[in-house]
Amino acid sequence: MSPLAGYLILSAFLFAIGLAGALTRRNAIIVLIGIELMLNAANLNFIAFWRFSEHPEALTGILFVIFSIGVAAAEAAVGLALIIAIYRHYKTTNVDEVNSLKG
Amino acid sequence: MPWIVKNLWLIPALPMLAAGLSALAPRRQKKFSASLAIGSMIIGFLLSLCAFAHALGQGEGARQVCNFGWFQFGDQWLQLGWVLDPLTAIMLVMVTFVGTLIFIYSTGYMAHDENFTRFFTFLSLFAGAMLGVVIANSLLLLFICWELVGLTSYLLIGFWYHKPSAAAAAKKAFITTRIGDVALLLGMVWLYSQSGTLLFYNGGNGCLEQSSLTALVAHTTSFGMAVSTGIGLLIFAGAVGKSGQVPLHVWLPDAMEGPTPVSALIHAATMVAAGVFLIARVYPLMRSGAGHSLEVVTWVGAITAIFAASIALAQNDIKRILAYSTVSQLGYMMMGLGVGGVAVGMFHLITHAFFKALLFMGAGSVIHGCHEEQDICRMGGLRRYMPITFATYAIGTLALCGFPLLFSGFWSKDEILHSAHGWPVSHWPFYLGAAGALLTAFYMTRQVFYVFFGNCRLHLGRTTASEQRTMEHAGLPAKEHPHDELAGEPHESAAAMTFPLIVLAIFSVLLGFIGTPAWPWFQKFLGGETGGFTGDVITLMIASSVIVFVGIGLGWWFYGRRPLEQSEQPDPVEVMRPDIFSLLKHKYYIDEVYERTVIAFNAWFARACDWLDFWIWNGLVQLVSYVVIGVSWVSRFCDEFVVNLGFDESCKRLTVGGRILSRLQSGRVQNYLRVIGIGLAVLALLMIWGCRPS
Repeated sequence: MSPLAGYLILSAFLFAIGLAGALTRRNAIIVLIGIELMLNAANLNFIAFWRFSEHPEALTGILFVIFSIGVAAAEAAVGLALIIAIYRHYKTTNVDEVNSLKG
Repeated sequence: MPWIVKNLWLIPALPMLAAGLSALAPRRQKKFSASLAIGSMIIGFLLSLCAFAHALGQGEGARQVCNFGWFQFGDQWLQLGWVLDPLTAIMLVMVTFVGTLIFIYSTGYMAHDENFTRFFTFLSLFAGAMLGVVIANSLLLLFICWELVGLTSYLLIGFWYHKPSAAAAAKKAFITTRIGDVALLLGMVWLYSQSGTLLFYNGGNGCLEQSSLTALVAHTTSFGMAVSTGIGLLIFAGAVGKSGQVPLHVWLPDAMEGPTPVSALIHAATMVAAGVFLIARVYPLMRSGAGHSLEVVTWVGAITAIFAASIALAQNDIKRILAYSTVSQLGYMMMGLGVGGVAVGMFHLITHAFFKALLFMGAGSVIHGCHEEQDICRMGGLRRYMPITFATYAIGTLALCGFPLLFSGFWSKDEILHSAHGWPVSHWPFYLGAAGALLTAFYMTRQVFYVFFGNCRLHLGRTTASEQRTMEHAGLPAKEHPHDELAGEPHESAAAMTFPLIVLAIFSVLLGFIGTPAWPWFQKFLGGETGGFTGDVITLMIASSVIVFVGIGLGWWFYGRRPLEQSEQPDPVEVMRPDIFSLLKHKYYIDEVYERTVIAFNAWFARACDWLDFWIWNGLVQLVSYVVIGVSWVSRFCDEFVVNLGFDESCKRLTVGGRILSRLQSGRVQNYLRVIGIGLAVLALLMIWGCRPS
């Protein structure tokens, strides 16, 4: 098994864990954590593909990931702010009870 | 490359590893975390001894580096590394040795604290970071460890974070040192932009080596100042923050809110010395050009030395006196670096680390024995109750005062005064230093007489039930001493606490003899030039001995002849000159001045920003919103009477269709996500199906 495959399997695991967390948990914060895990799995894929690509000196992958991490930080802040706003409004963070998106 | 140079990284890595492991340990595993921390420090100490022996074998001033690339950007590699030279070797041995003793002491001091494992986690992390500072061969690596050290200092000052004063002190320490660190960061960036490397030594290409120094000196900035001077001053600003020099000294006395072993290890022996060590490390840069940055170092050090020593005269908290004494001694070290070079400053750093750790741990033992009493007015007569603590404390005091011939502080301080005397720029640092030495002898004598002589003024049974409860809430170690509360009288501390005191006391005496003018082994090892045993030296030695005797004599005159009877009795100096005493007692009102200026300005600025936000920007947004509302009114008018009527009919139809479709949209986001997940899986299956080799 090539090292790349190892990283990909690791990131697939990470993604699966994140997805499972995002799907099955009811607490919005845990769901957010799951989403962050999936994002990081994608980041790991970027790094792995870049590192084992033909031109690893071209910094494309790492730059992409740095931006992605930066955007993720901003996104996490927005997400948490949303959760706080939701909590203030509904007095709960259980995502099942927050269903006003219903058509 | 020799084994020890290649594996020097193990020394900081082991305590870090210990910190990581004991962070995972459950709370009750006290023995596990303590033995992990102490074990890692002992191994670190043995490795440091190897490194020291290796440096010794290499001869004077020899230097070996091990660099490696961290990451690449563009076509440049960012390099980190470590260096083994006499400076590193001596600091390694000192930090690991004092650290080991203080770790052992902590097992006694913190034995009843329920957050014992957390304490040792932080302590090990600190030790690792500090050792990282010591071995770093790159300003960047040094800065990283420097910040880690600052972080652990914050964590440990605020260790009893239930106490509001401890939490405030932690924040104050963190923010104040941050001011210096910003300057250090700027200096680092500037250095990188000018020399293209942050490695100190790299076979002729490092930023402290001749080629890049020449380039740095040759450039001048807009004020006609050499670039090297500018960078040197910025780096020095970082050291000012970390080493508590004027005007950023305010955090260090407040840092005494932390547990006493922390005060001993971090805020007396090692971390605050990191600033001095930094200056010693970049000494070639500071010296380059005309050495203007060293002049600044000298003046700041000399002013700090006398300034802090005078404040210490009027303090009543046993740890606060020692804290101001530390600030003052750090001033001496800076002055020594400025006037005499690396060896002079570093010698005082090493001896000071030993006797100041001794004094702090002695103070901890006193506090422990007096049931968490820190006010020296309420002690007294402890000589009879705590003989070992008294004997070791007295040795530490004499070493700090610089008692002639026998004690290490005498030799190192005398060396600084001697260099200051020969400083060509000005004689004032010498006078300031000599006056500081007088004050040092005076306030230490005052403290010893207050604490150990006279009658015991301890208010027994003072702790009322409500106070006990607040202490319990604060998680202070006092609370779990059922036997102490019954005993009432002051008592000697446990062996785990007295043993390190004795070891340190022995070293406080012996250490002086490796750097006397008659046998300047230490100075030679660090590669400095030595003055030799001339008549000039002897005159100065006699002069400084007289100063010390006068200081101790004055201290005896004021405090020893008639010891305090009651704890509320005013201080003899206060009776004589209440105005000066009150000025000193309030620390020259520096905190108040900062409160009125910097902090007030900050608060005002924040309020101004808030006002701006509320009235100007918010107003603009509101204005835009009103315009939009106006436009929308017009638009609504068109809509209602032109478009709507036609649409209404078709819309009714659409609503019916939409209502049917809307059942899909249950509003549960996770359902949507599930559908996406299933879709993704199907897509992946399809792709695997399509790509399979046929």
